[in-house]
Amino acid sequence: MPATSSKPRLGVFKFASCDGCQLSLLDAEDELLAIAGQVEICFFPEASSRMLPGPYDVALVEGSITTAHDAERIQQVRRDAKFLMTIGACATAGGIQALRNWGNTAEFVRGVYARPEYIRTLEKSTAIADHVRVDFELRGCPVNHHQLVEVLAALVAGRRPRTPGHAVCLDCKRAGTVCITVARGQPCLGPVTQAGCGAICPAYDRGCFGCHGPARQCNCESLVGHLVQLGHDANDLLPLVRNFNGAAPEFRTVSDRLEQGWPEAGGPPPERIPT
Amino acid sequence: MTDTRTVRVEILSRVEGEGALHIETRQGRLERVELQIYEPPRLFESLLRGRPLEETPDITARICGICPVAYQMTAVHALERALGVQITPEIRRLRRLLYCGEWIESHALHIHLLHAPDFLGYDSGLAMAADHPQEVNRGLRLKKHGNQLLEVLGGRAIHPINVAVGGFYRAPRREALQRLIPDFEWGLQAAIEATRWVATLRFPDYCRDYHFVALRHPDEYPFNEGRVASSRGEAIDIDDYERRFAEVHVPHSTALHSETRPDGGCYHVGPLARIALNRDRLLEPARRLADELRFETPCGNPYRSIVARGLELVQAYAEALDILRDYRDFQPHRIPYGHREGTGCAATEAPRGLIFHRYQITADGLIEFAKIVPPTSQNQKQIEDDLRDWLPGVLDRPDAELARRAEELVRNYDPCISCSTHFLKVHRHDH
Ligand code: SF4
Repeated sequence: MPATSSKPRLGVFKFASCDGCQLSLLDAEDELLAIAGQVEICFFPEASSRMLPGPYDVALVEGSITTAHDAERIQQVRRDAKFLMTIGACATAGGIQALRNWGNTAEFVRGVYARPEYIRTLEKSTAIADHVRVDFELRGCPVNHHQLVEVLAALVAGRRPRTPGHAVCLDCKRAGTVCITVARGQPCLGPVTQAGCGAICPAYDRGCFGCHGPARQCNCESLVGHLVQLGHDANDLLPLVRNFNGAAPEFRTVSDRLEQGWPEAGGPPPERIPT
Repeated sequence: MTDTRTVRVEILSRVEGEGALHIETRQGRLERVELQIYEPPRLFESLLRGRPLEETPDITARICGICPVAYQMTAVHALERALGVQITPEIRRLRRLLYCGEWIESHALHIHLLHAPDFLGYDSGLAMAADHPQEVNRGLRLKKHGNQLLEVLGGRAIHPINVAVGGFYRAPRREALQRLIPDFEWGLQAAIEATRWVATLRFPDYCRDYHFVALRHPDEYPFNEGRVASSRGEAIDIDDYERRFAEVHVPHSTALHSETRPDGGCYHVGPLARIALNRDRLLEPARRLADELRFETPCGNPYRSIVARGLELVQAYAEALDILRDYRDFQPHRIPYGHREGTGCAATEAPRGLIFHRYQITADGLIEFAKIVPPTSQNQKQIEDDLRDWLPGVLDRPDAELARRAEELVRNYDPCISCSTHFLKVHRHDH
């Protein structure tokens, strides 16, 4: 991020989303006023009626692309932004609304709206990086507000933000949480999911369901193979993997294979789908 | 004045979601008002189909990052009814406590960061903080308490992970909840102060005769249960909700509008409706404060919803404190159940008003059908009706002022447009 003499200009942009990730910024109650003092909040409609045009030094982008209009709008955001950072699973992987990618969107629309002809939406819900260059991704559904504050602080200081790439599993070990797959045989995506949430689900006696998306160098196939060996039904594992980050390539590969009968059918391990 | 006049406010700010406002006038007279919601549709009801019912509280939470607990609570109650699961009083109390967390977080946010700036002439709560640091800091601290409660009970504040069909994945330990008590004692007083403060704001002199709709419970201020009460008639069972209220799909919106049946009228849900129908159910600190502030009920001035929200903030603190003080570790925290075919519906009170869900489930434990009616789509018709009523009196104002004041009127409802939608564009065409 360019170091300018004046305060960095911040914009927060929303696409198809629940607003939870941008709300994380307002949820940093202790830091909020300090952040507001260090950056110039130029565009953040959820928090302020003052809306200044670009260019912006930092654009936070929440949400996925699901309409033709939004596919155009993100191009403008990119043109206006020096540093574009996606926040959350919707923006980085298409979000829960990407479940439509495996269905018939027209039918999905008919399932909700009495007059489908009033609704214009794209067949697929896609990640921001499918449309424009993204400078940094912050994962999570929602993003963790401590991480968000850390990243903003880094940007203000002019250094590149760093976030952990290791898996949730390691955070459980560090926290001394008993492994729920080992102790109870419950399925858990902790070994393949990127850390950042604080490994909360296993601490609350439930398996991780992958809010923060695939960890770097995760081996999702081998985890799922292992869970099947433990006696879990592939039909139960499929929705677990095809979830909030279901359209992330590493998760998508595995859920598609599960749908085709792997690993019971004894086929070869899945190939990676090029992204 | 020229004949054609177009006003565009590109974005409705300080609300959640994307919408537009369309105003048409002919020879200076108001012809048409549409609150256009173009939040991209995310198709939740459809994408739930065929998924395991256990995921429903996690998935429906993602409809709205501001009120995920409302979706979770409504979903689990509806599914439990479909499954024939009876929860225990302990689980019920813990759910009320979780809902208190969300009300505190959401009301403190709206009052201080989104709504109060309108009355004091600021663009944002952050800008307002420069001149009103004490109020804004107090508001942030209150909001933080709500989040802390959500974190202890739910694992995290946005999209808590601890809500399960049948109860909770894990019950909190007594010590963990007890630790919150000192903050909540301070918070109760601070919420009272905050409400006294908002009651001193200057409210436009505007009043309507609303049809209020809210849950009503025999002895509690409503959260998770009750009958659907109305200021214009008998209360009905939640099972009859769809007979009395229908969703219609209007061309200008990706949200469905709700209306009363059979007359197609609008109705008002949210804090003003709840207090109008449940003032006698407020806990002592909130009731006393309502009396002290001479808060009239029913109150038909939508701007005064900020005071109603304050009173509910006090209510949520008082209730949370009661539950926190009495809490003992308990078992079971989750009622076991088997899958069966069935249908179940439930309504609860989200911070923004009544929310209704109905599910049909299969014998294999999958969702076959889902219907979700968020508060904002129920208020949408009412918002348009308010605008239609109010705009003729101000059409002579300059475009910018008109747009700003129309936004303020809309903001009274704390609309959550992601629930149903983030942009409000005002287009004014004068033919
Ligand atoms: S990633 Fe999750 S929390 Fe963030 S906007 Fe999308 S649905 Fe909401």
